[in-house]
Amino acid sequence: MLLEVQGSLRLYGGFARLREKLAASLNEMGLGFSLGVARTARAALWRSRGEGERLEALPVEVTGLDVEFLSSIGVTTVGALLALPRAGLAQRCGAQAIEALDRALGVAPEPREFFAPPARFNAKLELPAEVTHAEGLYFGARRLLVQLDGLLAARHEGVHAFRLVLLHESGSTCVEVNLASATRDAERLGQVLRERLSRTVLMQPVQAIVLEAGEFASLAGSSAGMFGDPAFESEDWARLMERLRARLGHAAVYALAAQADHRPEHAWRRIEPGEWDPREAAAPGPRPVWLLEAKRIGEQGFTLLAGPERIESGWWDGDDARRDYFVARLPDASIAWVYREDGEWYVHGLFA
Amino acid sequence: MAAPLEDILRQHPVWRGGAPAAFCPVLSTTYPDLDRALPGGGWPTGVLTELLCNHEGIGELTLALPALAALTWAGKRVVWLAPPHLPDAPALAAAGVDLAQLAIVRTVARRDALWAAEQVLRAKSCHAFIAWFPRIAYEELRRLAVAAEGSQAWVAFFRPRQAAAESSPAALRVALEPDGDALAVHIAKRRGAPAAAPLRLRIKRPFHALGRTALPRPADAVARADRRMGLPVHA
Repeated sequence: MLLEVQGSLRLYGGFARLREKLAASLNEMGLGFSLGVARTARAALWRSRGEGERLEALPVEVTGLDVEFLSSIGVTTVGALLALPRAGLAQRCGAQAIEALDRALGVAPEPREFFAPPARFNAKLELPAEVTHAEGLYFGARRLLVQLDGLLAARHEGVHAFRLVLLHESGSTCVEVNLASATRDAERLGQVLRERLSRTVLMQPVQAIVLEAGEFASLAGSSAGMFGDPAFESEDWARLMERLRARLGHAAVYALAAQADHRPEHAWRRIEPGEWDPREAAAPGPRPVWLLEAKRIGEQGFTLLAGPERIESGWWDGDDARRDYFVARLPDASIAWVYREDGEWYVHGLFA
Repeated sequence: MAAPLEDILRQHPVWRGGAPAAFCPVLSTTYPDLDRALPGGGWPTGVLTELLCNHEGIGELTLALPALAALTWAGKRVVWLAPPHLPDAPALAAAGVDLAQLAIVRTVARRDALWAAEQVLRAKSCHAFIAWFPRIAYEELRRLAVAAEGSQAWVAFFRPRQAAAESSPAALRVALEPDGDALAVHIAKRRGAPAAAPLRLRIKRPFHALGRTALPRPADAVARADRRMGLPVHA
């Protein structure tokens, strides 16, 4: 991997600091590395292969030229190679050898394409030992999340969802993680994954893990605000919802919306928290805050207070309702919403 | 020359036994009688409030809904944790709650409910948190009370009436009982001077909204068929 660092030296406060930072993040990703620095890309590449030696002292193997021939004429270092007459070298090893040396010295230009990060992420990590507890996977997964973070940073994008595949001796388990808003923050991804793993039960020990992510979304630029800032609050809210969902399950967290239907059990629906439903459905009579599963009650179990309100609807979808609703007082003094259908009485709600 | 007593009281933080102490930002309950009885004049924020009642349907939410409605229309977010029944969207909308600001969290295990409560209290974006805890231990309440201190939310827990006998870290404990068409509100604990007699709050009940009394119970199906003509039909 080649990095152009000249332009970033001031940002990182000098080369020594940049090198430290680079080494730290490479270690965090669990990658082995050897660093080489030089004025040209080719020289830097050669130096990193030669473990950071001076250019002249590097063995000829780093150049990728015809090593067998060169050593047969007693040339073992790049320095000795440079000392050879150019014309003779060009004749013996071809023009590309001269070109390579010129590029290393910076005499000839070497145009290179900039790296374009891929639009998908897929990385595998072999675990040092078999893991039997889902929580134990978190530490391995964190390494992969840091890599994902790096890729997303390069693309200025974030993810809405990612997937951790746990590979067993035979077969695999897939852990899907959904986020409320796109992010590339490894810390936040890790938090949600941890909650998700805490409710995952492993049937078999895990030997390796694979982190997959696709469908990156562009991140809207935003700066963290102080308390009371609406942007901060909605971000905080989205994170709260996703944390709750990661542990309790997707369906456990929801918001409510009214729906135009006279049957009370069809007059509401679940929507995503924060979603706005502009439809309003005004009920013609009082509606109880607590809706119960309709439960049959005996005729003596209540006193009617007000009513009736007739609801007759739903003949078209097979869930036909022909009910007379009343407000009634139950023996424990609570106020209930009861209805009568086909001569039977049912309690359907409580006015809390 | 001796300074007038009022000046001394103004300059020094002297707590006077007669008045309920104001100790934190409050949220008006919209019930003037109740506001007067609560320290600071409303539901306290950043501390625990316990609402003690034995069964649902006595108007217990009528006490909380006006304050919640005002919050949601100010764009503040509200969480309900582990409600005992399904909350009905049209009823909440009719009570003035902006449904876009309300999230419902349902839990099965008690441990999950406690965990979720702590997560909500740690978040800065929730301004009112209502939770139903049929069983909760003192240590658990204590932990949530500490979490509530860091939030600016109004935190109300519904607990059974019997819990009034146990000690609690809640700053405000209100016991609710049905009293005819009204609600008897007894402030069992508040910061400052203890409250005197229970309040009898006139709350909005459904039979008031309907504005008519029930017809006598139909004796049999024939009677029902006879009356069918006069009924409003929504179809």
